[in-house]
Amino acid sequence: MSGYIEAQLIILCLSIIYAYGIFLPAASGQLNLGAAGFITLGAYASAWFNASTGAELPMWLSIPLAMIFTGIIAFAISFPILRTRGVYMVLATFAFAEVVSGVAINLEFVGGAAGFPVDDHADVTVIVPVTIAVILFSFYFMSTRLGLSLRSIHDDESVATLFGVNVRTSKVVAFTVGAMLMSLGGSLYGHHYNYIEAQTFNVLLSIYILLYVLMGGTQTAWGPLIGATFFAVVPEALREIAESAGLKWLAEGRFILFGVFIVLLMVFRSEGVMTRTLQDRLGGGLFRRKKPIADDMAGGS
Amino acid sequence: MLIIQQLVNGLMLGGVYVMVAVAFTLIIGMLNFLNFTIPALFMFAAVLMYATMMGHLPFGNDLILSVFGTEYRWVAGIIVALVVIALVSLVIERFTYRYMKAKYGDATEHALPLVSSLGFLIIFEHLVVSTWGSDPLTATSPFGQGTFSIDTIIFSVPQIVSLVLSLVVVVMLSVMLKATKLGRALRAIAERPDTAILMGVEVSRIVPVVYVITGLLCAVSGILFTINYATVDAYVGDTVATVAIAGMVLGGLGNVWGAIIGGLFIGMLEVMSIYIVGADFAKLPIWGLLLVLLVFKPTGLFGHTLIGKGKF
Repeated sequence: MSGYIEAQLIILCLSIIYAYGIFLPAASGQLNLGAAGFITLGAYASAWFNASTGAELPMWLSIPLAMIFTGIIAFAISFPILRTRGVYMVLATFAFAEVVSGVAINLEFVGGAAGFPVDDHADVTVIVPVTIAVILFSFYFMSTRLGLSLRSIHDDESVATLFGVNVRTSKVVAFTVGAMLMSLGGSLYGHHYNYIEAQTFNVLLSIYILLYVLMGGTQTAWGPLIGATFFAVVPEALREIAESAGLKWLAEGRFILFGVFIVLLMVFRSEGVMTRTLQDRLGGGLFRRKKPIADDMAGGS
Repeated sequence: MLIIQQLVNGLMLGGVYVMVAVAFTLIIGMLNFLNFTIPALFMFAAVLMYATMMGHLPFGNDLILSVFGTEYRWVAGIIVALVVIALVSLVIERFTYRYMKAKYGDATEHALPLVSSLGFLIIFEHLVVSTWGSDPLTATSPFGQGTFSIDTIIFSVPQIVSLVLSLVVVVMLSVMLKATKLGRALRAIAERPDTAILMGVEVSRIVPVVYVITGLLCAVSGILFTINYATVDAYVGDTVATVAIAGMVLGGLGNVWGAIIGGLFIGMLEVMSIYIVGADFAKLPIWGLLLVLLVFKPTGLFGHTLIGKGKF
């Protein structure tokens, strides 16, 4: 595998893991713009557990410990944050990410503003299997009773409450598990590039990850996979095509075209690329869900 | 004395945030959506002002030079920035608000315009990067560095003018909201859009006006930013807008006067925390305050409770 392809594959894998972390709360309609915060927590915690100046644990131990650490923090803040909704939730998670990055920059024992070197290296043979495991886990998670609850909350929270779904528990679990996945992605990022800086995990990263999920679609577990792949592949493909065709302006301005894509996608397919209806149509017999009555009514087919 | 100087600087910086915060709060108050095109418009206006003033537009530089001369190119800059931003705002309205009503009306429906507006943010940032590059662009201020001092406290004249100007614009806006027919229609939409339609408010014609007003607020703010701070780049909007969001939340979502006070306060908080604890810590007080506020008093200091509860 050439170095270039491998580098792109790593970026794709990390994007997919991050995207599933945001997807789980988004599947219940909670928009989390704080991805960067959880990624920072995971990356720094794992680096510190691994570092010779820290706990000196091997990588296979430091990553799960970082996930648990992030999970505890996410669990603790999920109660106040999930009290907010809609625009307020977007703002609260966003503020949380900024607070985390502000703290990380100022902690001297993890390098402060200068960044923090990470000891153990995770190469592509670690990251790809982990990514596949995350994807499979997310599909499983969405097929459980809890996943069904999340979907029902996404569609209509008050009706879900009436039918006896424990809305708060479901939301807290989705938020916490999502945060742990992002932490996993952050740790792998640190262990792959062997160097982390709080400034890398900025608002723009959170925005992009939220875009992966919303563009892919929040209705099915395929959404984040499609969204992240689209984001990782399309700009690169555009660059390749533009460069081979000798269009320098297109190679430089490919993100403009990409922005236009996003706007148009929202015009023509506002629920994201992958919806339940499309999944049914594509899947044929293989993935067909048992059709609930409510779907027939909503779909109007 | 130094501390008073810092407070004055903070107030001036707050002046920049005020208009952006008011732009955010107007869109959130009226349409219940967090408009991420605001940083883009702010940045685009600032860069257009720079480009016109310094003769770096992609075309039309000679025309501007022959009409206005080197002396008055800043006037041309203001005109270009305002006109372009007003037009762009209409395009943005066409592609964000119009698609707000989701077909199935689920919990993430308010995400649709959010995503479109993020798309526009990406478009404008990369438009600027591919035209002018990603390095900081430095303009020479047409007014020089005029300062005067009262008892060792230094005031910069352009900054005072912009602070006053931004306050005047915002006061005019709030008078407009209170006293005119348009203002009444806007408040009706903010209160309850469906009822507003029943009462004969033409929502589809009023909403573009809201977009143009917020676009012009961003444009004026961006122009003043270029004149005062002289250095702009493609990402200046992100930095300013994130802080302005904090100011808006502090004042209460959807409250114009709250946004003014919040913006000024955040400006002072930023300068004071840089002064007291250093630049690395400067983010913490702002975001910590925002987080605590959102959790414990999400309505902010003067907000109302309607926002985010089943509008549209």
